[in-house]
Amino acid sequence: MKAPIKWLKDYVDINLSVKEYADKMTMSGSKVEGVEDMGKDIEKVVVGKIVSIEAHPNADKLCVCKVDTGSETLQIVTGAPNVKEGDLIPLALVGAKLPDGEIKLSRLRGVESYGMMCSIEELKLTKDYLPDAPDNGVYVFNEDQKLGTDVKAALDLDTVVEFEITSNRPDCLSVIGLARETAVTLGVGFKEPQIKVKEEAGGDINDYISIEIKDPELCPRYAARVVKDIKIGPSPAWMQRRLAAAGMRPINNIVDITNYVMLEYGQPLHAFDYDRIQGRKIIVRRAQEGETIRTLDGQDRELDNEMLMICDENKPVAVAGVMGGENSEVTENTQTLLIESANFNGSSIRATGKKMGLRSEAAIRFEKGLDIQNTIPAINRCAELIELLGAGKVVKGIADCNCKPYEKRVLKFEPDRINSFLGTQIETGVMVKIFKDLCFEVDEKAMTLVPPSFRNDIVEMADLCEEIARFYGYNNIKPSLLSGKEATQGRKTYKQRMEDIIRNTMMACGLSEAYTISFTSPRIFDMINIPRDHKMRNAVTISNPLGEDYSIMRTTTIPDMLKVLSINNSRNIQEAALFELSYVYLPVEGDVLADERETLTIGMYGGSNDFYVIKGAMEELLSAMGIKVFEFRPFNDDPSFHPGRTASLYVKGKNDELEYAAIIGEIHPEVAEKMECPERTYVAMADVSVLIEASDTNRQYKQLPKFPAITRDIAVVVKDNIFVAQLTDAIRQQGGEFLEEVRLFDVYKGAQVPEGMKSVAFALSFRAADRTLKDEEVNIAMERILKYLNKNFDAQLR
Amino acid sequence: MKRQLEAIKNQAMEKLARVSDIRELEDLKVAYLGKKGELTGILKKMGALSPEERPVIGQLANEVRFALEESIAQTKDRLIKEERSIRLKSETIDVTMPGRIKPIGKKHPLTIVLDELKDIFLGMGYEIAEGPEIELDYNNFEALNIPKNHPARDTQDTFYISENVVLRTHTSPVQIRHMQSHKPPIRIICPGRVYRSDAVDATHSPVFHQVEGLVVDKNVTMGDLVGTLQAFAKGIFGENSRIRLRPHHFPFTEPSAEVDVSCWGCDGSGCRICKGEGWVEILGSGMVHPNVLRECGIDPDVYSGFAFGMGIERIAMGKFGIDDMRLLFENDIRFLRQF
Repeated sequence: MKAPIKWLKDYVDINLSVKEYADKMTMSGSKVEGVEDMGKDIEKVVVGKIVSIEAHPNADKLCVCKVDTGSETLQIVTGAPNVKEGDLIPLALVGAKLPDGEIKLSRLRGVESYGMMCSIEELKLTKDYLPDAPDNGVYVFNEDQKLGTDVKAALDLDTVVEFEITSNRPDCLSVIGLARETAVTLGVGFKEPQIKVKEEAGGDINDYISIEIKDPELCPRYAARVVKDIKIGPSPAWMQRRLAAAGMRPINNIVDITNYVMLEYGQPLHAFDYDRIQGRKIIVRRAQEGETIRTLDGQDRELDNEMLMICDENKPVAVAGVMGGENSEVTENTQTLLIESANFNGSSIRATGKKMGLRSEAAIRFEKGLDIQNTIPAINRCAELIELLGAGKVVKGIADCNCKPYEKRVLKFEPDRINSFLGTQIETGVMVKIFKDLCFEVDEKAMTLVPPSFRNDIVEMADLCEEIARFYGYNNIKPSLLSGKEATQGRKTYKQRMEDIIRNTMMACGLSEAYTISFTSPRIFDMINIPRDHKMRNAVTISNPLGEDYSIMRTTTIPDMLKVLSINNSRNIQEAALFELSYVYLPVEGDVLADERETLTIGMYGGSNDFYVIKGAMEELLSAMGIKVFEFRPFNDDPSFHPGRTASLYVKGKNDELEYAAIIGEIHPEVAEKMECPERTYVAMADVSVLIEASDTNRQYKQLPKFPAITRDIAVVVKDNIFVAQLTDAIRQQGGEFLEEVRLFDVYKGAQVPEGMKSVAFALSFRAADRTLKDEEVNIAMERILKYLNKNFDAQLR
Repeated sequence: MKRQLEAIKNQAMEKLARVSDIRELEDLKVAYLGKKGELTGILKKMGALSPEERPVIGQLANEVRFALEESIAQTKDRLIKEERSIRLKSETIDVTMPGRIKPIGKKHPLTIVLDELKDIFLGMGYEIAEGPEIELDYNNFEALNIPKNHPARDTQDTFYISENVVLRTHTSPVQIRHMQSHKPPIRIICPGRVYRSDAVDATHSPVFHQVEGLVVDKNVTMGDLVGTLQAFAKGIFGENSRIRLRPHHFPFTEPSAEVDVSCWGCDGSGCRICKGEGWVEILGSGMVHPNVLRECGIDPDVYSGFAFGMGIERIAMGKFGIDDMRLLFENDIRFLRQF
């Protein structure tokens, strides 16, 4: 809400700097978003009168004027095409400041100019503010002005304060509402408006119009006046300027008056061409299915039963509270006006406005729920202005259909409760004064309060507390720290502690943390080779996305990690390793909410990163989480991954069964190409809830060995397709009770090994807890192992 | 024989003084004190001496041997020191060359801020509560005193899944879930990912992160809210931080306040970070609206509470001087490694 200071001053005295004023208003709850000082950069620009115009001796397009400033006559050279003798114009004197610079004595084609005549552009003013300004040329005052007057005073340049008005305070979407807040904030009086309507047309409103409200829920009150002998024309400059300063374009006197009253009183009005209202009747009702109306913006609107309409005997003539209809529009030929000042149900107006995609200034106010008692002052102010501007003659009386007469809300006034809620010790007298200043009725005997009719937001104790707090000063409330309250324990849940372990382990493995956003494009599945009918494509869909690329909730984090790797790669970063702890969102049959599964995603490329590095990170994580039983199985069935370089991870959960926990591998070269990743890109995606389920934070100390171990290395040659894990498992199984560790230390293919075979070397260590082992004991175990390997894997000792 | 002994001693001492390495020293030791050494040779001849001479010469011989042994030990010591000093000199390395690192990964700046916030509130007895991002309209709006068609819905442009399901616009629905399933005293913070229909630019993202806090108990006052926020601001922005509350309106709190923290760039005197204001807006807060308590089955005549909420991106950007929110979600490794 833009409030010109001079307009506010009609209702309250503001005798401090705009900066101080803005700060005080912000701290009492009317947040100032900006201050626009219209004449800020204008100095030494005065009203001058052109007394003579002569041709420039050396230039066709210039002329030489003599301009009277009241105290002297100056020679001014101008190129403006519209100058006439006798015109009053804004003249920037030598040394004047304009928004675009300073004016100096200048010489134009050999003739000296002691200043410059100004256009509105040079004064940084708009045609909304000065509608009579020419499109090209200097501004010419259309009213008489004293010569030498500062142009800021002559043009009524004002300071405009822009307030952010919250949705609970529609009363402050008005100059009067803000003036009231100003009065309490500054501790000065509010100047109640005095309205006098002469009703020169006489007659009786009831002979002109009758009002019927069919849906009092949606329209509790509807008031109307009739104005005859309408003379449509421009509104006076003062009104145009105030409207423009408040951000509304001046149109004609009637539109301007209704807008002016809306800005001043916060009550939207609507003017109908009375003669186009059939049956001398206003009927307020819901639209019937199939009805239509063409609104003032020329759009044909389909109506439905949820929408409230202003109708005459036969048809809708306006969409209540949102926009008028073309069929009752005020035109140049309008003789008689019907002015509406009504109160509508806020949610209904909001719903209708939303359906129509219309948010007029009127609707913005109505939808917040307006003061039902404000309809009459507003329509009277409108009538008064019509008379003041000579725009028509007002018929006697108001047609006022008031279905739900206003009832005062009586609230208990409990200063002790207010103090104990705020943690303050404010004296009752101080509270009484604040409430009285806020136009509450205060009964100090009965200890009751009645909020004014424009404060629909005040309904209970907490609301009263806020009023006291904001004028007592939020920052005067003494800070305390829940002293005397029951103690509570602050600690992380098991899941939250596990998340910390995951993050810390990933970072220790050299992976940096990434954050990616959770919605994605349905096309992303094609990019990672997911088949058409795959269940992964079943995603939660956003009904109003920012675009198709952000229209579904992700069911996999792999593409997001690939995008991150791709961005890094495209920036010539040689090596990157990242992880993300986030969620995927899986639709659940029969539930409106999704299964939000926490997901650990790892991605890396470049440097020494390969499958075993990413697997190592995963193994380190398993160890950190205390997951002892797990299995990496070769996995060649995921189309996003390299079929020969991918594993699935299974962990043993609480139910003692191996459960799928993660996929880990090299990205399929086709996917890498499509996602613009390096060909050797490694990704893992783990289901964190499965890992947590399998985790175990219990640790039991195992005695450090007291006796020496015996180590033996063996290298066996086996077929290439035998997995190391098969050999390791076999060695462990056959190693006997003293086998302590089996460590792979070499896999070799090449010169000394036959084609299709590989040599696999292990270091085995044997130890007894209670004595030093004998070589013979180890020899027996080794023989057993070798025999078994030979029998089952055709392994030959190298 | 006496003269002979003294001659051996003088000669040996002279040689010892000139010895320049350990091997030479060992040779000398053998030459004088070894089994076939000169001194040993003399001692072997002691048997031929008269009983009167024997103790005198014997004592002298022992003195010479001690003197030699001591001198050899000293010389050895000297030589070792000399040699070590030469070796150390030759082993000098260039300590200005870079270290060999196995680099650890870095925490994302948003996690850094989140962790700091968690630390502060865990220390004040808060639990960390979590809830779904895809939420019921009821939990996200209606239970928070924002019915359908309430104008306050305009301030949070919402992504809808269906008429009754939204992407949560704040983590307040976690507060609702918690209040509906727990009895006071309640002290929680609710960190999490939230969504608003804002196009991506330097200061907006449709996906961002919040931490909200909620306290419900008997006799919780607005003073408690102020004190808590002060403690938070000092913890995050430094001991000298001050806060300022400005009255505002949120449907779910009454009274409501927007909270500014004294600018960490200039301590309030005005700079680029605070756009000359001296204050930076960081959070919204207030006393829990009685309607919200009622909706959660908590009697507002018995209990009261406060709530607050803040955007993590904004705090991280402020703290680390990050000027473009997109950097946080782009994950350029050179960006991440700076934290």
